[in-house]
Amino acid sequence: MTALALPELDETRPLSLPLQAERTLPNGLTILAIRRPSVPLAEVRLRVPFARTELAEAAVLAQTLFSGTSTKTTVQIAAELQTVGGGLGAGIDPDRLLISGNSLVSGLDRLLELLAEVLDDAAYPEGEVATESERLADRIQVAQSQPAHLARVALLKRIYPGHPYAVQTPSVEEVRAVRPEGLRALHARRLHPAGATLVLVGDLDPEQAVDTATKRLGAWDGRGETAELPPIPALTPGPLLLVDRPGAVQSSLRIALPAVPRTHPDHAPLQLANMIFGGYFSSRWVENIREDKGYTYGPHSVLEHSVAGSTLTVSAEVATEVTAPALVETLYELGRIAALPAAEAELEQARQYTLGTLQLGMSTQAGLAGLASTYAGFGLRLGYLADYSERLSAATLEDVHRAAATYLAPAVAAPVILGDAEKIRAAVAAILPVEVESKP
Amino acid sequence: MSTETNIQIPRTAYEVERFTLPNGLRVVLSPDRSAPVIGVAVVYDVGIRSEPEGRTGFAHLFEHLMFQGSANLEKLAHFRHVQGAGGTFNGSTHLDYTDYFETVPSNALERMLFLEADRMRGPRLTEENLKNQIDVVKEEIRVNVLNRPYGGFPWLKLPPVMFDTFPNAHDGYGSFSDLEAATVADAAEFFDKYYACGNATLSVSGDFDSAHARMLIERHFGDVPSRPAPTLADFDEPDLTAERRQSYVDRLAPLPAVASAWRVPNPVTDFAGYLPYVVLAEVLTDGDASRLVERLVLKDRTVTSVGGYLGFMGEPFEVRDPTALLLQSHLPPGGSVDKVLVTIDEELDRLATDGLTPGELARTQARMATHLLRETDAVLGRALRMAVLELQRGNPGLLNDLPHLIAEVTEEQIRSAAATLRPHRRASIEVVPGGNQ
Repeated sequence: MTALALPELDETRPLSLPLQAERTLPNGLTILAIRRPSVPLAEVRLRVPFARTELAEAAVLAQTLFSGTSTKTTVQIAAELQTVGGGLGAGIDPDRLLISGNSLVSGLDRLLELLAEVLDDAAYPEGEVATESERLADRIQVAQSQPAHLARVALLKRIYPGHPYAVQTPSVEEVRAVRPEGLRALHARRLHPAGATLVLVGDLDPEQAVDTATKRLGAWDGRGETAELPPIPALTPGPLLLVDRPGAVQSSLRIALPAVPRTHPDHAPLQLANMIFGGYFSSRWVENIREDKGYTYGPHSVLEHSVAGSTLTVSAEVATEVTAPALVETLYELGRIAALPAAEAELEQARQYTLGTLQLGMSTQAGLAGLASTYAGFGLRLGYLADYSERLSAATLEDVHRAAATYLAPAVAAPVILGDAEKIRAAVAAILPVEVESKP
Repeated sequence: MSTETNIQIPRTAYEVERFTLPNGLRVVLSPDRSAPVIGVAVVYDVGIRSEPEGRTGFAHLFEHLMFQGSANLEKLAHFRHVQGAGGTFNGSTHLDYTDYFETVPSNALERMLFLEADRMRGPRLTEENLKNQIDVVKEEIRVNVLNRPYGGFPWLKLPPVMFDTFPNAHDGYGSFSDLEAATVADAAEFFDKYYACGNATLSVSGDFDSAHARMLIERHFGDVPSRPAPTLADFDEPDLTAERRQSYVDRLAPLPAVASAWRVPNPVTDFAGYLPYVVLAEVLTDGDASRLVERLVLKDRTVTSVGGYLGFMGEPFEVRDPTALLLQSHLPPGGSVDKVLVTIDEELDRLATDGLTPGELARTQARMATHLLRETDAVLGRALRMAVLELQRGNPGLLNDLPHLIAEVTEEQIRSAAATLRPHRRASIEVVPGGNQ
């Protein structure tokens, strides 16, 4: 059989930004409306800065924000949202409270009206708060039996000592101790429009959507406090922290590395270096430990951006018996990319992937809404995508090598493994100095 | 009927063009030029239910082997060519089909067709690749089942309670001993039997010109050798006549859980009879205003969460008979599974007897429309759904009609559907927590 040639790619379609409108209201709320008429829906994201709030209270507040107002019950709010094909929910991280939802586009006005009502008048009823605290406590208990969660808890504690990011999940006891008065006080103090961003994406006219949102949220009370986070501490390399999980059939390997925010000149080269190392399937590390060795199923390496700083995290779940060999290969690949420049073809492939996935990320309403909202939390707009694309296109092999040597070197790594210490300790200790923590 | 003014359910008008190549490959095109991306899906009419006895997990293992190279593609080439074009890829194994798909910037259309056609002619089946992918699959099973609480609950745990025959009852991820026993010859035989182009559909959606895409498809797939599709097996089993219930200890799970299933009408041959069950699952469990969330979570507090859906893998429009409506609940510490099941019976009874409240059905249907439209906003969501609708029903255009067909389900149909979910037709599986109690 004669070999067939791989078809060339057609001409690249340029990145084009959707039609948008933006307005900041006197109460401090910024509204961004973006047109993507692909389906007759609207996506809504309201991001409110929520740093330095008490962990358990913030978590329960997110669960009970829609649990009733002075005139409506949980069920009534949910039913009225459903009537326009809508739904709303809230979640927190150490930076922000994020309210997310969507509806049929014809119901957007009604959804915003209900959202405004909740923001003005959430009641945090006694019974609902008790129910939701218990549910959350149960979920935390389940999370504590999940290796991915336990590994993350150990890693955060290891890399953010003394910083609000060090602990991101409240304890079951703290959650059970939350009371409605505390939630009402937290809501009054922190759930306000100053610094908040409302993103609307969908089959809508941006100017009209901004007007609608202004009408509904212009009266949202702008008073309250704000809080700043200190920058994250510099990553301190050191011994491998081995967290014992007796009986585990896999080890959870995590390595934290330093990183830079999206606007830093090193960001695009670092992103590309990370791709070549382990940031996508066709990377050296994944091809090595999955496709060559079969040690793992879904290894990944990602740049995580938070308001107080950025960190690169390398993660893999590997069979217990190959924990040490998997660690060796991981350190080898980090060392290799730090020590030697990548090949031109590797860089081009990583560049095309990174540029292409930007296009994919913008191609749905939900994708656009998520991007716009996340960027807004860092003071950026969708226009950042164009700048970022240019910087990705301009990065040279030398830039990428410099970034790899600075940020991906094993010498600057903070490694953590969650696994069965009795089975893996000796082998892992032969590779790196080890410190054992007995209970996750 | 509700007398309230209901919100208008919008209609999508995705273009659908269907044709069949002389070798039997069925093709669906759905152009949409609103973003410079395309979704490509190839779906084969073989899944977990078709794998041979003694080879549990084989359909999934074989899916992995389809990524290990083909005539013109070395191992790893597929991944590199998709990602090097700026795209993403994956494959997944289901009860009744196996899919392979890419989302890419639209300038990579021809390249994706080349990649899919090359492996449709035949993957490179070698001892080395097989051994490597058995290891990878074992790690996948450890991540998703063995090393986590509630692994395989309920999709792997409930079928053996409800069903008696191997195709419906066995573990689709497979036992390690069956996986380790798999041979290259097994793989070659499986490919020959099930991966015929007459047993597959190709679907492309997004930013392309139909005539051009058709020409490219003919160029790349036209010479894939024609092989007959196997006869579609009938996996039917008799309905239950007496309640079945089992439990197992999950050594990692901290809290109890339970899932129940009831057989539903044939999703393909009796779609009109089936659809009310799809809506019923949402009436029962979609959001805080749904029947079971309101009762079990908010009022009685006997569960911390409850979900309801059609099909063991939660894909109402991509599954064949026999299938089921499932309800699954997670309980608080010390919670009583008996009490939860009794309450569910009570609520089903109440729904069957007293019917719905004003507006209840319409609002559930409106929310379902949003969910459906949202799933198809992504080009790949559209390509995949159309590929399976073509494969199983010869009707990819059903995608445009689903929100309206759902909105046409009546209160009477919901009541009748609820009335069939009786305890004697129910199969249940209970998770007994063995974790840090």
